[in-house]
Amino acid sequence: MSLPLPLKVIRITQDSPVLKTYVFAHNLRAKPGQFVMVWLPGVDEVPMSVGWQTEQECHLGIANAGDCTAKIHERVKVGDRLGIRGPYGNPFTFQGCSKIVLVGGGYGTPPILNLAQQTVSAGIETIVLLGARNKEYLLYEKQFESLKTDLRVATDDGSKGHKGFVTDLLEKELEKGGIDCVYTCGPEKMMVKVAEMAEDYGVESQVSLERHMKCGFGICGQCCMDDSGIRLCKEGPVLAGSRALKHTEFGKYRRAASGKMEKI
Amino acid sequence: MNVSVKFCGIEFPNPTVLASGYLGVTGASLASCAKAGAGGATSKTLFMEERPGHPNPSVLQFPGGLINAVGLCGEGIKNARHEFEKYKELAPENPLVGSVGGKTVDEFIECAEIMASYPVDMLELNFSCPNVEGEMGRPIACDPQMTAKATKAIRKVTKKPISVKLSPNVPDIALIAKEAEENGADAITAVNTMGPGMLIDPYARRPILANKVGGVSGYALKPIALKAVYDIYNAVKIPIIATGGIVTGRDALEMLMAGGTLLGIGSSLMYNDMQAFEIILDKIREFMKEEGFEDISELVGLAHET
Repeated sequence: MSLPLPLKVIRITQDSPVLKTYVFAHNLRAKPGQFVMVWLPGVDEVPMSVGWQTEQECHLGIANAGDCTAKIHERVKVGDRLGIRGPYGNPFTFQGCSKIVLVGGGYGTPPILNLAQQTVSAGIETIVLLGARNKEYLLYEKQFESLKTDLRVATDDGSKGHKGFVTDLLEKELEKGGIDCVYTCGPEKMMVKVAEMAEDYGVESQVSLERHMKCGFGICGQCCMDDSGIRLCKEGPVLAGSRALKHTEFGKYRRAASGKMEKI
Repeated sequence: MNVSVKFCGIEFPNPTVLASGYLGVTGASLASCAKAGAGGATSKTLFMEERPGHPNPSVLQFPGGLINAVGLCGEGIKNARHEFEKYKELAPENPLVGSVGGKTVDEFIECAEIMASYPVDMLELNFSCPNVEGEMGRPIACDPQMTAKATKAIRKVTKKPISVKLSPNVPDIALIAKEAEENGADAITAVNTMGPGMLIDPYARRPILANKVGGVSGYALKPIALKAVYDIYNAVKIPIIATGGIVTGRDALEMLMAGGTLLGIGSSLMYNDMQAFEIILDKIREFMKEEGFEDISELVGLAHET
């Protein structure tokens, strides 16, 4: 079934200048990396990766990054409802891993937090690298610390942690060796870098991509990628980095609502 | 045993064809259906201008099937040549049907002329989308005279085969199919979605689809589509692409026996994912073997003989 579930927002926190986290008293049972379609009645419905989850709550970290999310930020208050469809899509997988690196860039961090919850509880040594333009934009540091992950941060302006790219931190970890897999969600050009870097070191990677979506369950064709034609809502949003790199559009272009190519 | 189909002179390796509107935004996506077993594929309907379609929610599943108001999004026919070229590069063995639209008959003619210059094997004229009435008025296929006029005009601009896609939302679909045939159509695609229908969210106190209404397909549409195909088969000599709620192999057999020569597959993807084409084809083969049929053409229209 794919009808939206009308869930009441029980709490809202402003976690960066562009991102608010909306909390619902609902056990969504999403696997890390899966997404939901979030409906703001009268406006639009957009795909959103699932963030922090417990049996009592699920969190959606929603960045003000478009018309619909801007209106969610503006209009939705505690006690209001959003329609939630899903969870959908192919999740991150970590079976057989003993040491992994998670790379979260900007507002791509929410699914990385959910993944860290799962990998830490599975007893996997989890290194988390977060990147943002400055310390105000770093997301969920407290939550990552509470999970006892090995957390390091990078900011473009050096206001916290390493001054420079989060991929600089990744390279250091890969040099040390012993990493089974690298997981990432963030700006697509950053994810291209992460996937290429992992490949250079012979390490597997998984990337979580974003495309314009309509149905969310694999029939409308809006989120298909060139040249394989895979549906990102079904075969993705999480793809093996090596598979993503085989796509001519990865890091280069995506489709607008009309289907027309637009540069990333 | 032969399941290949010659349709308007075009060789389809099997009778399943991806229906228009599904997985049809990009050439690579259309080709992925051919790789998954579809005999051929139909593009999304293209207009002259670039169209973003309706806002979301635009596609929803409900217990009777699907309801959609995607709103005929498309990159604009002049921008889309590369999609058809990509398809032909990736799936050269599987015929491609180019679906065209138009807000007016003149726009239809212009789109059809451009589409015919692309590497498509056949054109489908979408006279019947039910979810853009606010913008475009009643679909052409709801009016026999309009269907006649538009078919006749478009016939003049291309020698490629044209199939006219009809609406189930009419009192006598056979009459409209006859008009299309008499005015030069080579085939009929039956049927588009029905309705439009509506779903309401009681908590939001409003229709769920952003467009409020949308075309209904899937399980709910199948018996309606089946009867439409049956009636059209009685009325015309040109072949039919039967579409509307074909989910299982049994549905496909019913559609063949009602009179469909090709089978448009869409909502089955929701239930069977990309295996839909193989599941349907396996069942057809199994039935033919069990019942002693040599060629799939023997099944077409069989339900009319009793």
